[in-house]
Order: sequence, then structure tokens, then C-alpha cells
Amino acid sequence: MPLVKGGRTVADDYSRIEDGAELPASGNVIVPAERFLADADRFKAHDGAVGVIWPNSRNIAELAPYLDRVALVALVFPTYKDGRGYSQARLLRERYGYRGELRATGQVLRDQFLFLLRAGFDSFDVVKEADAEAFQEAAKRYSVFFQPTGDGRMTVARARLTTPARVVHAARATA
Amino acid sequence: MTSPLQQKIKVTGPNVVTANRLGDGAVVYRTADGGWATEIGQAAVVADASAALQLLNAAKADGKRAVDVYLAPVKLEGDGIKPGNLRETIRMRGPTIDLPAGLGI
Amino acid sequence: MYHYDDFDRTLVAERVGEFRGQVTRRLAGELTEDEFKSLRLMNGVYLQLHAYMLRIAIPYGTLSSDQMRRLAHVARRFDRGYGHFTTRQNIQFNWIKLAELPDAMAALAEAGLHGMQTSGNCVRNITTDQWAGVAPDELEDPRIWAELLRQHLTLHPEFSFLPRKFKIAVSAAKHDRAAVKVHDLGLYMHKNAEGEVGFEVMVGGGLGRTPFIGKTIKPFLHKRDLLSYVEAVLRLYNQYGRRDNIYKARIKILVHDKGAEAFGKEVDAEWQTIKDSALALEPDVIADISSRFSYPEYLPLSDSPQELEAARKDAAFAAWHENAVTRHRMPGYAIVTLSLKPVGKPPGDATADQMDRIAKIADQYSFSEIRVGHEQNLVLPHVAQRDLPAVWRELEAIGVATPNVGLVSDIIACPGLDYCSLANARAIPVAQEISKRFADPRVAKDLGRLHVNISGCINACGHHHVGHIGILGVEKNGEEFYQITIGGRADERAELGTLVGPAVPYEDVADIVEDIAEAYLALRESPAEKFIDTFSRVGVEPFKERVYATR
Repeated sequence: MPLVKGGRTVADDYSRIEDGAELPASGNVIVPAERFLADADRFKAHDGAVGVIWPNSRNIAELAPYLDRVALVALVFPTYKDGRGYSQARLLRERYGYRGELRATGQVLRDQFLFLLRAGFDSFDVVKEADAEAFQEAAKRYSVFFQPTGDGRMTVARARLTTPARVVHAARATA
Repeated sequence: MTSPLQQKIKVTGPNVVTANRLGDGAVVYRTADGGWATEIGQAAVVADASAALQLLNAAKADGKRAVDVYLAPVKLEGDGIKPGNLRETIRMRGPTIDLPAGLGI
Repeated sequence: MYHYDDFDRTLVAERVGEFRGQVTRRLAGELTEDEFKSLRLMNGVYLQLHAYMLRIAIPYGTLSSDQMRRLAHVARRFDRGYGHFTTRQNIQFNWIKLAELPDAMAALAEAGLHGMQTSGNCVRNITTDQWAGVAPDELEDPRIWAELLRQHLTLHPEFSFLPRKFKIAVSAAKHDRAAVKVHDLGLYMHKNAEGEVGFEVMVGGGLGRTPFIGKTIKPFLHKRDLLSYVEAVLRLYNQYGRRDNIYKARIKILVHDKGAEAFGKEVDAEWQTIKDSALALEPDVIADISSRFSYPEYLPLSDSPQELEAARKDAAFAAWHENAVTRHRMPGYAIVTLSLKPVGKPPGDATADQMDRIAKIADQYSFSEIRVGHEQNLVLPHVAQRDLPAVWRELEAIGVATPNVGLVSDIIACPGLDYCSLANARAIPVAQEISKRFADPRVAKDLGRLHVNISGCINACGHHHVGHIGILGVEKNGEEFYQITIGGRADERAELGTLVGPAVPYEDVADIVEDIAEAYLALRESPAEKFIDTFSRVGVEPFKERVYATR
């Protein structure tokens, strides 16, 4: 499963620690939410960056108090059709001001890359090699955006008020 | 959860496997040699659950050529295989109404 | 109507490009059907019984004559020469090939048409009153707000994978012609005590397996807050709508389970945090969108011109005029409804030839504008009264002047088992048979306003729950059976219909409808009492007795 970050496939410098497994002495780790919350202070002392994988059925507000000690949040798309992660991502970025790495995991496919980017994700556990290779192209699929999100892209509404575009009125027949 | 490949299915009477052709959505029937035909007469007929499951799974695995694969009942009559219910009749013959044409009058 | 600018055009073109790539990958086997299905649904591409179906959005039912001509072209070039207008102001083509879809979509995109979000678990075509902008009883044009919402909710990154579909309707007239109370989100424009215009917000309405009338969670929402409030509703739905069971995944279930009041409080809490964000609709943005709507340069004409009065002496013209022509807010003008329900024909269909002719008539007589109503008829919204006789002759010549608008033979029917893979039973031939029974225009006129709605399955695309007479196709032992209800209504006094008796077989449906009509004639206080009012007065029992007495 290639990891895409900064538009390219990169090595993952985090280790995923499964339930029950021991934490390594050092190194970047990703732990499940339950484990993190059960012992958040312990992770403060860890020698390495700490990431949390957060289920899409759990209120993201519960993670908010801990965002200053977390370097990565991984959100889950059990299928690409389950869009709860998008709301979680936007809330993390736009409401709770989270600035660390925001990773999309699960069934992450090419056709959702731009939605994910707009929602605030900056790294992607991509299912298919071919999709990872097509990331840059997919990210440029659209140049027009109607909705303001935290991604900083100019919306059409804003652009219309600053740069008038061409409006074509169809020729009108007179009655 | 039982794998779809191991699911029990109930077969009462003759059935065929049918689907829609990927490129144009046309109604197709699974043939004995693993192909898809538009003529129901060329369909492989199965009459028991295990044969049905086998044919169905092989057909489902062929996602490149056909979609929405399922088992459909048929009737075996003197002059060949016939659709076994109204839905399959409509799928084979098209809508039961005259399609609009011309100036509609 | 709204006019596209470069941004709008670019978006649609980019969408076509994306879909072209997706189709190529699908045909090459790089995408499985499961990976592809949601993508094609979000472009309005269904798989039906015989072929793919393409559903094209007609935003809030407004169409230009150029767009109508383009639809005719696509019907000819990529389909079988006709299209079907739906209960949500869309048009459907039933015989499209997947491999040809990108080209068909490119052809549509050139005219500003597309199938974006006409299916799938996203926000669907936002519908409104087909008389928007021209009805005399309208507060203001709801289409501005429908357009603002449409843009905001098109390819919204957070709300493109909702638990289920989400349908929005907007209305601004005293008499709600947009059925806002049976939508996931209904917006009803009205004035508050201070004289400001805003929205009553209703959520959780809908038909189908578990029909509900929408609940008001915000009696008055200011225009400025429209986008932020809708965003709050969708965010809650996206997060908390059920995803474990598709039959319980609509927002109506969430609202019902939580309770409308509790749900409204949660929406409000979320909304409070975002209402002053970039989502606030500032006057300059509203003014900008409004400026992109053009309105006809109406001539200063008088009501009842001589040409019209003279023509009304002709009985056939008079019958049509009385039935299909309605008052316009401008003096000297009229709203003309084109019946797509000729007796014995499939309801709501138009051929490519008809579409081209209608486009030409619109150019000549209606400022090039056409509307699509959710009763599957078309409308010419700006016809000068003095042109009505000429318009009538032209409409007659193409079979869209049957004087049955709003009458028993103006049937709303879904495509049913003749086309749709979800159906239990056929709807179109039932509609055809019923319309034949009431072919006599005097009989239909005497019965008066009587909405018959037919759905081929519980998904209720024919809106049978809110029909004065509702007919639902069910399956019983492999045979087509139909449940019949009466007393439904979709307007501001929305109600669900009441079952009139046990389900009947296909052959009996038209007989039952005739019996119901006869029962009404026997029970009504006078010809002035409409069917639905008789039902309100006497209830279902007297109808039951008469209709099922001999069965």
C-alpha cells in the first residue's frame, strides 16, 4: 500500500502498533484511539512522534484536547463510500486548528484524492500503485471550487467579485 | 459471515445466469463455454443449487464483460428456453409499451 | 434564467473529463464495478433492465430553448429518439451506452447541461415551483436561492459520500407547488413579523418505504444564513445518519429517532459555530448571483386582448385555454402548461422531434424559456395572451395540447417495470389504461382536479403517497398487484394517502379508479367541491364501501 505525501510515494516513517503489541522504545508510532486515550500521558513521554488512528464512528471532538501532543492523525474510510472521515477532517483542521499530518486510510482511491485534499488531508494510504502514481494528475483534476474549506483555494464566489468572467446570454427572441 | 462463494442458494426449477453487458448495458446470458450471449436460447441451464452456484460464481468473476450478475428462472418449453417470469420477459423483449416516436401524435 | 459564466462552464467540462477517464479505466478493467458504481451514479448513470439510463439535471426545472434542442440532439444521436421528464425536474434517457456516455456528456456540457449528482448518495437536483418567477402568488423568485445552494453543494468535498441521497426543494408561493414538506430538506420562503423575507426550514420529509412529512426545525432563517445552516444540517447527517442499513439511512430516520426538537438543537449548536464564517451570504454575493439571472423584457400589454377573446369562441381552444393556461404576474401575459399526458401514451415522455418544435415555439413565444414541472409536464412561462391562439395551434400539431392538466388523466407515473430494475410492477401501461377510461374530456373536466400517482415499487418515484389517488405496484406470487390509496396531497397541507382496500391485480386497477371517481361524484356536495375536499370531509370509509362493495 503506497503512502503518498507531498504528491509523491514515500516511505512511511511511522510504525503501526496493533492492539496488545508493545510500544517500541523509540521511533514514530501510530496507535489506535482507545489505547491512546487510555494512557495519553504515557505517549507524551515517548521518544518519537505519536500518531493516532481514529475510527470514523467516534466523535472527533474527543481527540481535540490532545492535538498538541499528536503529530499525526489517521482517519478511516472503511469503504470509499463512507464519507464520515471528511467531516472529521474538516473539523480537525478548521475547528480545532490541527496542524499535524492528517492521513487518509482505508479504501483510498484516486477518485477521492481531490475531495480528501480539500477536506484537509495531506497524506494518503493508497490502495493501488497506479493510483499513487496518478496522484499529481488527480489533484489537478479541477480548477473550479465553489465551497470554502480550510484548504485556502479561492472559491468561485470570491473570484467572481474580484475578476469578472465572461457571461454569455443566449440570444433572445422577441415576442 | 459466509463467503458468497459458499452461500447456499435455493433452486427450484431451471435457471440461467443473466447480467448486463458492461459496454452498452444489453441483456446477456451466460453460456456453457464461459461466454455471454444476447440470445436466451444459448444460455447454460442449471437445475440444482450446486451447479447454479458454480455457474453464478464463474460469471460474477467476469466483471470485465458483464455487471449485475444473477440467477433468473426460465421455463423449458418445446420450442426452447423461455423467460420464467414477467421481469425476465421484459428484460428479454423490451418494454411492453410502444416507444414514443415522431411527433408523438 | 441563470446564465453560465466561464467558471460554470469549466466545472462541467472538467467533470466530463474526469468521467471520461473513469469510463476508460472501467472498460479496461482497472476499476471494479463496486469501485465504479458510485462514480457513475454521481454522474446520473444508472443501470436499468435493458440498458444504462442517463439522468440529466434541469436545475429547478428551468431550461433554455438551446438546451432543449441539445437534449433532442442527444436523444437522437445517443438514444432512441425520446426522453422522459421526471418527478424531480430531471430528464432521463433510457438506452445510453456506457462507452458513448463521455461523448454524450460532452455534447450536453456545451449547452450547460450535465448529470452531476442526479443520483448517488449526495445532494440531488434542487427542485422548485415550475412557475417560479412568473406566478402571481409568489413572494419572490426562489430560483436565486436554489442556484446559490446548487453551486455550494456541487462537488462539495465533505458531502459527496452521504449515508444516502439528499433531496432539497424550495418554494416561495402561497400555494406550495414544490412539495417542500416531503423532501429531506424543505425551504419555504415567507415574511416574518418584521417584514423580512426568509426561510422556514423543514427536515426529514420523504416518501418511499417509511414516508414522513417534514418537521420544522427553524421557523425563520435569514437569507444570509442559508448556506451555513444547510451546511450544519448536512454535517450532522453525514456524521450521524445510519450507514448500516440502506432502508434506514435517510435523514428522515435520523430526525425521527432523535426527535425533531433534539435534532434541531444539535443543528443549531453546530450552526452557531459556523454562521459567521465564509459561509455567510453577504449582499454582494447575493447581488452577483441575482445579476446572472436574466428576465424577459416584457412588453406593456393588456389582459384579454382582442385576439384571445375572439379565439375563445372556438370550443376546442376555449377548453384548452380554460385548462392549460394560468395567470401570469405580468398583465397581458400567461403561463402555458404543455400536457405530456396524451390519452393512451406513456406519461411524461417527449420525442426529439417534439423537443425541437417546443424549443422553436419557446423561441418565438416564450423568450426562449421552458420549464419542467414535477408532474412531468412542460411549461412555457412567458406567453403573451395575444399569442395564445397561435401557440395553441402549434402545440396541438405536436400533441402537447390535451386539455387534461391537473385532471384525472394527467397521471404522474414512474417508468416502472418496463424500464426500472427496482420495480415490482409496471406503471406506464396502468397509466395508459386509466387515461383511456377517462378519455372523454367532459368526464375528466367534470371530475375536476384529481391527481393520480403511480409508483412501480415502494421507492415511490411516482410519489404515490401524496396522490389524491395513489397506486403502488407490489408483487404477489409472481403477479403484478397494486395497492390503492386515496386522500394524499403534496402541497402546504401535505398528507399521506389512506389505503382503500386490499391490493388488486393489474387488470382491475383501472376499474377501481373508475369506481373511486364514481364514488366521488356520488359523495360530493356540489361540482364545486373538489375530490380532495370531499375526501377531507367524508374520510375513506364511504369510498371503501362503494369501491369494495362488490369485490
